[in-house]
Amino acid sequence: MALSGMRGLSVFISDIRNCPNKDQERLRVDKELGNIRTRFKNEKGLTPYEKKKYVWKMLYIYMLGYDVDFGHMEAVSLISAPKYPEKQVGYIVTSSLLNENHDFLRLAINTVRNDIIGRNETFQCLALTMVGNIGGREFAESLAADVQKLLISSSCRPLVRKKAALCLLRLYRKNPDVVNIDGWVDRMAQLLDERDIGVLTSSMSLLVALVSNNHEAYWSCLPKCVKVLERLARNQDIPQEYTYYGIPSPWLQVKAMRALQYFPTIEDPNCRRSLFEVLQRILMGTDVVKNVNKNNAAHAVLFEALALVMHLDAEKEMMSQCVALLGKFIAVREPNIRYLGLENMTRMLMVTDVQDSIKRHQAQIITSLKDPDISIRRRALDLLYGMCDISNAKDIVEELLQYLSTADFAMREELSLKAAILAEKFAPDLSWYVDVILQLIDKAGDFVSDDIWFRVVQFVTNNEDLQPYAAAKAREYLDKPAIHETMVKVSAYLLGEFSHLLARRPGCSPKEIFIIIHEKLPTVSTSTIPILLSTYAKILMHTQPPDPELQNQIWAIFNKYESCIDAEIQQRAVEYFALSRKGAAVMDILAEMPKFPERQSALIKKAEVAEVDSADQSAIKLRAQQQTSNALVVTDQHSANGPPPTVPAVGPLTLVKVPSTSGNAEHTSEGQALTQPNGTLTKIDPQTPSEDLLGDLLGPLAIEGPPGAAVQPQQNAVSEVGGVPSAVDGAAIVPVGEYSNSVQPIGNINERFYALCLKDSGVLYEDPYIQIGIKAEWRAQHGHLVLFLGNKNTSPLDSVQALVLPPAHLKMELSLVPETIPPRAQVQCPLEVLNLRPSRDVAVLDFSYKFGECEASPSSSSEQISSAYISVCRRVLSSMEISFRPPLKLQEVVRGVRPLPLAEMANLFNSFRLMICPGLDPNPNNLVASTTFYSESTRAMLCLIRIETDPADRTQLRMTVASGDPMLTFELKEFMKEQLVSIPTAPHGPTAPPTPPVAQVAQPTSPVKALTDPGAMLAAEWSFEDFGLVTRKKSVNGSFLVLVMDGQSLASFRPNNKAEPNK
Amino acid sequence: MIHFVLLISRQGKVRLTKWYSPYSQKERSKVIRELSGIVINRGPKLCNFVEWKGLKVVYRRYAGLYFCMCIDEDDNELEGLDIIHHYVEILDRYFGSVCELDLIFNFHKAYYILDEIVIAGELQESSKRTVIRLMSAHDSLVEMAKEQASSISNMIAQVTK
Repeated sequence: MALSGMRGLSVFISDIRNCPNKDQERLRVDKELGNIRTRFKNEKGLTPYEKKKYVWKMLYIYMLGYDVDFGHMEAVSLISAPKYPEKQVGYIVTSSLLNENHDFLRLAINTVRNDIIGRNETFQCLALTMVGNIGGREFAESLAADVQKLLISSSCRPLVRKKAALCLLRLYRKNPDVVNIDGWVDRMAQLLDERDIGVLTSSMSLLVALVSNNHEAYWSCLPKCVKVLERLARNQDIPQEYTYYGIPSPWLQVKAMRALQYFPTIEDPNCRRSLFEVLQRILMGTDVVKNVNKNNAAHAVLFEALALVMHLDAEKEMMSQCVALLGKFIAVREPNIRYLGLENMTRMLMVTDVQDSIKRHQAQIITSLKDPDISIRRRALDLLYGMCDISNAKDIVEELLQYLSTADFAMREELSLKAAILAEKFAPDLSWYVDVILQLIDKAGDFVSDDIWFRVVQFVTNNEDLQPYAAAKAREYLDKPAIHETMVKVSAYLLGEFSHLLARRPGCSPKEIFIIIHEKLPTVSTSTIPILLSTYAKILMHTQPPDPELQNQIWAIFNKYESCIDAEIQQRAVEYFALSRKGAAVMDILAEMPKFPERQSALIKKAEVAEVDSADQSAIKLRAQQQTSNALVVTDQHSANGPPPTVPAVGPLTLVKVPSTSGNAEHTSEGQALTQPNGTLTKIDPQTPSEDLLGDLLGPLAIEGPPGAAVQPQQNAVSEVGGVPSAVDGAAIVPVGEYSNSVQPIGNINERFYALCLKDSGVLYEDPYIQIGIKAEWRAQHGHLVLFLGNKNTSPLDSVQALVLPPAHLKMELSLVPETIPPRAQVQCPLEVLNLRPSRDVAVLDFSYKFGECEASPSSSSEQISSAYISVCRRVLSSMEISFRPPLKLQEVVRGVRPLPLAEMANLFNSFRLMICPGLDPNPNNLVASTTFYSESTRAMLCLIRIETDPADRTQLRMTVASGDPMLTFELKEFMKEQLVSIPTAPHGPTAPPTPPVAQVAQPTSPVKALTDPGAMLAAEWSFEDFGLVTRKKSVNGSFLVLVMDGQSLASFRPNNKAEPNK
Repeated sequence: MIHFVLLISRQGKVRLTKWYSPYSQKERSKVIRELSGIVINRGPKLCNFVEWKGLKVVYRRYAGLYFCMCIDEDDNELEGLDIIHHYVEILDRYFGSVCELDLIFNFHKAYYILDEIVIAGELQESSKRTVIRLMSAHDSLVEMAKEQASSISNMIAQVTK
């Protein structure tokens, strides 16, 4: 055994090995870390040898899974050591300890570059290896040219060049622009003539990455790949050391065939012929042999050849040969081959005309479903799912159901989902479908989502012939001793609706049905009880003539739940009880549910999306992964990205560039402004040149007014609507840059924003390419928002950028937004918000992306920049210990209010979480609401609002607002005023045909101006009792305080009120 | 592309980790925890592939040591398996019938060798002889430097510095 030659290190490793338990090990590690830390602090005393030793120890400790949060600097600094041993350690430890995002790496770029361009071959190798393993974007930009030079240099030895090839591959993955296509294609082709297999292997890997991104440019490499394959297949000029178990470099063969799969076809007949000869030889000449390693290598080549044959869509004969091979493979003993056989057979399903020959192997595939290996079982399930159609659906689904009872936990969910989808897609008749789903629920209820049983209900409701059958089936399942809760739900629902159709059958009288369902009640959760109550009500209604005994029983149950803590149950119990006393009238109310509108199954939709994804197959997926495009670079690479890659020179690009470049410039400068430590938004102003349309738009929005100032006339009124301290987390969006080729948002964005002011989640913005949803959760002043960015297309969206411009009162942190959103995918971006103080300013979401428009107009590519304005704020609840006087209490008469019935106004208040406290004010025309406002400066602050309306003139009202903070009082008052006045303006805001952006800003300002009319400010001569009223009430009703202390208890209080019969 | 390489003992001890895709420290430990659980608990005579989070883990057990390699879903699994075996054969040749202890005490050598075989998550060199030759060149370079350091002239230079 070669010893490490470092005694200290060996001793340390032995110590660790001798530790009897984890605690001891930790102690020893901590001691060593302490030691290393002190030694590093006193760096002068360290010899290079010691430094090396400690850095190795650090890596060892890190490998054991301990946090090593220091010493990175020392590791990096070793890179610049002059001698080989230190340098080597520096490079290797750095590349193992750090990842590409680490700041320290930046410090090393210069040294690394010097090593790369220097003349010392060993140093070059070390540097190339490290950059190849952990180089990031910055490395790509500063080193790619040098690396490229090394790769094609004739004076470099293969040893350096093969490393340079892979290093370049890494840099290309980090930034595809570093490989300039024009000059590079010929060089790449030359590289494929290389004799040295090491260099050739690395170059081939590079080529695979390049063609996966843009095969058009590299057509000239295609014949060379075929040549390489021929050379290997004939074993010409392959040194002995490059044959692996008698096979000439299987890796190179695989890579060459992989590269060929990225070219759509092979046109040159000669080339095609020689390729097929090679493929034929591989297909025929590979047998399962005893030596595992030889077997693996040979089959690695064989499976790649199969994939290539499928891709090239060869003659029918060759295809059936492939299917025959795969059929053989899925039955062999060797598990790897079995696995790969199933996997490739699934891929084969994409090829036309072979489905029937695959179906011949159905029995064998079903056997694989019982394989001891879960990996193989998964493949078999996938394959069965893929090959299912009307002809074999019954068999396959029944097999899946049978397997469900024995399947392991990890697979049941997928299994039941797939069975449900297949049953729905290929059901020969509906009663079979009902059977399948009921069995599914019975066997794997935990994994049957609500979607599935809702779907059964829809089918049964819409098909009268099916109803008696379904009801009878449901009745059968109820006889089982223990059934899943989902089964209780679905059978209770079905029997409630349709049990009267069974009335004459034995055991199906209303009473018997009621008893058997009611037996289940103690076992179910609160979400099921409402369904059972409805069922009881329906049973009661169908019992004609009424059965007094049954009636009493059911009434007793309703009575019992009248005081249930769950609002839904309570409400149903109360209502059903009241209804069931109304006699014949109840027949109408509780009549059978009407038919559901025909709609596509949620499941099938899901399945279709998944299919689109898999149909795009590897090439596109790879493309998406490797495309780490740069938003600032608009042109080539994005056109290279879209499927039709020829971008005619000037025409579309100029069109495109106008919005995009200016917009992008905007983003970066804003980004920079924001990253400054104390960067407030005012800093953005300088970068809004007045001629720049976008700048003009963004500029005013970014203005940061003092929170208490009067309404800023320039501020976009749309954002104003929600941008208020007590606004619910709302958001609005206004597309910027309505150029002829820009996207039209779907739906009225102002309305969306307004709607989001009233609820916690919803769609913020939508256009034909992307949908942005938002979901908010608040805990005191801390908000957790999630942006859902959904790509609606089958091709990726690139250069996605999202920037949040928060107003001064909100602290917001948006987590990293991926640059590319893969096709049909949704990404979530959490956004943390901290409310510092009350203000009505809104935050702005500046969002942009790029999309190469392919199908519609292949020659043009279009680009969109949209900006969204998110507002984020929050309010909640109250009590009243403080004595309020101005400026803590403000009163104002608001005129020009949109006439609103009192009840609707109360709803509006409630939806802003200003909780209406009914009964506090004896005057029925008045409303009193309370809330707690949370922010960093005010902490939890109580707020009260009282609205006095005049029944004779609904357009005016008097509003009194009080809180413990003058600013909050003012902001809240202004906000409510705007809400009450500007409601009508929001929905009528401009959208559908997007008008020029300037108009959007100007238009809604008028009502806001009206508000600031000083005449509206009150010099109250009304006799208005102030909040003493509320305090008095409090003493009358002691429970009030408790109830308003937090939103939760109030919420549970409200339904209690609602459950009362209407006043 | 290979996303990472892990060497895990049957007891779940990590013997080597190499990451070609950027994973933060937290993610790295999570990945190791999850995967060692999955891989170690798989029975013998099963296939060498595990589907994991949209990726594939190709692994192979040599005595008490699991060599795991995470690749893309549509990569050639057997090619990955061949790389693992290629690595093991080179380790074997370099150490002379390698055992786990060699890799524990000379973990840095295992890193050097891996760097000669894989860069950027792709195979760099498929000739065992070339790799061994390069390794011995490294070793002699280190030896040379050591001798230089211990030579008298060097000692004098150190003292007078």
